[in-house]
Amino acid sequence: MTERIPWERWDEPHEPWLLPGRCPDRSERTLLLEMTTRVVFPTILVFSLYLLLVGHYSPGGGFSGGLVAGLAFVLRYIAGGRQDIGGAVRIRPPVVIGLGLTIAVLTALAPALAGNAVLSSAMWEVELPLLGTLEVVSSLLLDVGVYLLIVGVALDLLRSLGAGIEQDARAAGERM
Amino acid sequence: MITINLSMALVVGALYAVGFYLLLQRSLMRVLLGIVVIGHGANLLLQLAGGPPGRAPIVGDAPPEAMTDPLPQALALTAIVITFALTTFLLALGYRSWVLLGHDEVQDDIEDRRVARRQRPAGAMEEESDAEPEQRAGADQ
Amino acid sequence: MSTLVTLPVLLPMLGAGLTVITSRSATLQRLIGIAVLIAVAVLAAVLLVAADRTGPIVAEMGGWAAPVGIALVADRLAALLLLVSTLVTLAVLVYSIDQRVADYGRETPSTTFHPMYLLLCTGVSLAYLTGDLFTLFVAFEIMLSASYVLITRRTSASRIRSGMTYVTVSLTSSLLFLTMVALVYAATGTVNLADLAAQVGELPDGLRTVLALLVVVVFGIKAAVVPLHFWLPDSYPNAPSPVTALFAGLLTKVGLYALLRTQTLVFPQDGSKTLLLWLAVATMVVGALGALAQNDLNRLLSFLLVSHIGYMLFGIAVFDVAGIAGTVLYIVHHITVQATLFLVSGLITRRTGTVSIDRMGGLAKTAPALAVLFAVPALTLAGIPPTSGFVAKLALLQAGAGSGVATAAVAGVVVASSLLTLYAMARVWVRVFWGTPQPPLSDPDPTDELVVGTGSTPRPMVAAAGSLAAVSVAIAVAAGPLSAVTGRAAEDLLDRGPYRTAVLGEEAR
Repeated sequence: MTERIPWERWDEPHEPWLLPGRCPDRSERTLLLEMTTRVVFPTILVFSLYLLLVGHYSPGGGFSGGLVAGLAFVLRYIAGGRQDIGGAVRIRPPVVIGLGLTIAVLTALAPALAGNAVLSSAMWEVELPLLGTLEVVSSLLLDVGVYLLIVGVALDLLRSLGAGIEQDARAAGERM
Repeated sequence: MITINLSMALVVGALYAVGFYLLLQRSLMRVLLGIVVIGHGANLLLQLAGGPPGRAPIVGDAPPEAMTDPLPQALALTAIVITFALTTFLLALGYRSWVLLGHDEVQDDIEDRRVARRQRPAGAMEEESDAEPEQRAGADQ
Repeated sequence: MSTLVTLPVLLPMLGAGLTVITSRSATLQRLIGIAVLIAVAVLAAVLLVAADRTGPIVAEMGGWAAPVGIALVADRLAALLLLVSTLVTLAVLVYSIDQRVADYGRETPSTTFHPMYLLLCTGVSLAYLTGDLFTLFVAFEIMLSASYVLITRRTSASRIRSGMTYVTVSLTSSLLFLTMVALVYAATGTVNLADLAAQVGELPDGLRTVLALLVVVVFGIKAAVVPLHFWLPDSYPNAPSPVTALFAGLLTKVGLYALLRTQTLVFPQDGSKTLLLWLAVATMVVGALGALAQNDLNRLLSFLLVSHIGYMLFGIAVFDVAGIAGTVLYIVHHITVQATLFLVSGLITRRTGTVSIDRMGGLAKTAPALAVLFAVPALTLAGIPPTSGFVAKLALLQAGAGSGVATAAVAGVVVASSLLTLYAMARVWVRVFWGTPQPPLSDPDPTDELVVGTGSTPRPMVAAAGSLAAVSVAIAVAAGPLSAVTGRAAEDLLDRGPYRTAVLGEEAR
């Protein structure tokens, strides 16, 4: 049986549109934004991965890719609030930051093992069925590190400045 | 050596002037805005240091002599990211100050004021510990 | 060999990443931090020996040769300061771990402290090693960003206040630094220091003077040179004592190192040396007199720090081999001794529960170990004969006396302000260690970590501070070989040839 909706709240969204589906305070939701986010969020993430991968020769790279992915999470935060962000990302943001930094530094150090200068990069050509020749540059790993770092920072900002301030305000009894 | 045109020099000068004026304010928000504005001025100056505008510095897109100097752009990009990060930090600091103190004003150095107010009678350093109870009340902050 | 030059920068950065990941496990974080810093110290020692034998070692990032690529250069000066700085950061890290264990138990991890600490070490290493003006800016930013977090961590009202001053002043100087980089690039078309050495010499006098002045202002703020020192006594005393020790030992010295490097390499032919001489006098006098007026132990030490910046500035202003060598020796001595003093001050405030020296007393009876631990660095700072302070000061005085009337007169000021330092230290001694023992006061604000664990003096913390004091004694013992190294470093700095050849190749000669 569906829950009975009071007549004065008939136009407020009560379906769980976003992934975790838990959004207790219904008056803060907007249907349009949630629907759009649901469609746009995966698209933005794919686009950010595209930017990450093409960064060696074209505009893009780990930094801009990470920023775009971070924006996707900002959109989710605006649409779904802090519960949604907490539900969408299970891993703690500092771990993402640390992982990114570690990968980046290890990539920088790796050429030294082969006797090359630190931070220098190598390129391999890979033959893939259907896709043709693919050029893989070792600096892609550095970009992956930067990508993770930026995403982690964006998530941490949402957690501490976004959700944190929201929580403080709630504790102080303000209506957001 | 690069010479820049007058209008750009004026814009940079105006940005610095506005920024430093804001830096001298009490409120941390205005200080923050001042830093942002000076940051823009500095980045613009960095761009101008690369010489006159030209084609994008991508090999094959333009002859090398028509390209702009890419180095200042890379430097400016780095500087923008750093300024951006520190702006966020200052915002968080301002918020914290607002939570803890109820305002975001940059205050005087309290201990400094206390030292300045302390009037010591000449050659009487030993008696000084008996006097001035009100100043000693908060001396261990 | 050239890979070794990059490791002092990359290892702490790797450590920072790993300590963020392991932020649930306090033991792992501490192990990583200590292991990384020990590794960097060993590397720095290796680099120092290698640079002393074969000349500057250069690492080109990504295989791109300077001046197009970014080069890291380890010459005698950089390697020596890196070694001393790392020993200090190691001792301070051990001290702060001991403090945390003593106050909160063994199992309390901290998300921010260890990563930020290692990031600060990254910035310091990069600042010493970089051969590039813009990378120097980035190094300063890494170092300062980490220091912003460390100084405002666990915010209390007083720390917010001092943090605002500190962050605003540092940011302003960073923006001026950026302006300086832009102007230098516009004038010369390069930011590589070795390349700039040749290019700046060809600029018109007026332009060169403006650039040199901007450099003095920018690094003067970072190094707390009077009249740009006002932020330091305001902000440092409000941080927890390990953080203050780290800042006082390193951050101002890195600013001074940058000033020394640019003055010798880029602007040697310039008339700013007279200005530096006046600034040195002002810094020594204002700092020493300021220290006498203070009642807060940490503020007193901060003013003494400002005062002693003047000595190092004096050596740069003399600008001959003896003067520069004296400055380098003084930096080495001062990094260790100032950090030790702040660590001991942390122990004293733990014991007494207050930072106000008027409210302390009789510690010589109740805590004789602390008294000895304070006496050694205090006498060293004042420059009493067998200590490293005496050796370093003597080198500066000889340099001053041997190069003209003006510098000889300033050498007199050096002696006078040393006496004032001794007086300030004696005043602390009389108030804190003599007199009737006072009962420890209760902690006014338990959250701020400023005055912590009242009444106790944990043995590991004493050991950590003691080991740093031992380093400064070792400097005095090894004064002979050390001043030989600083002498050779000074010759390199003034000659500029070895550095430029190492970075740019043979044609730079």
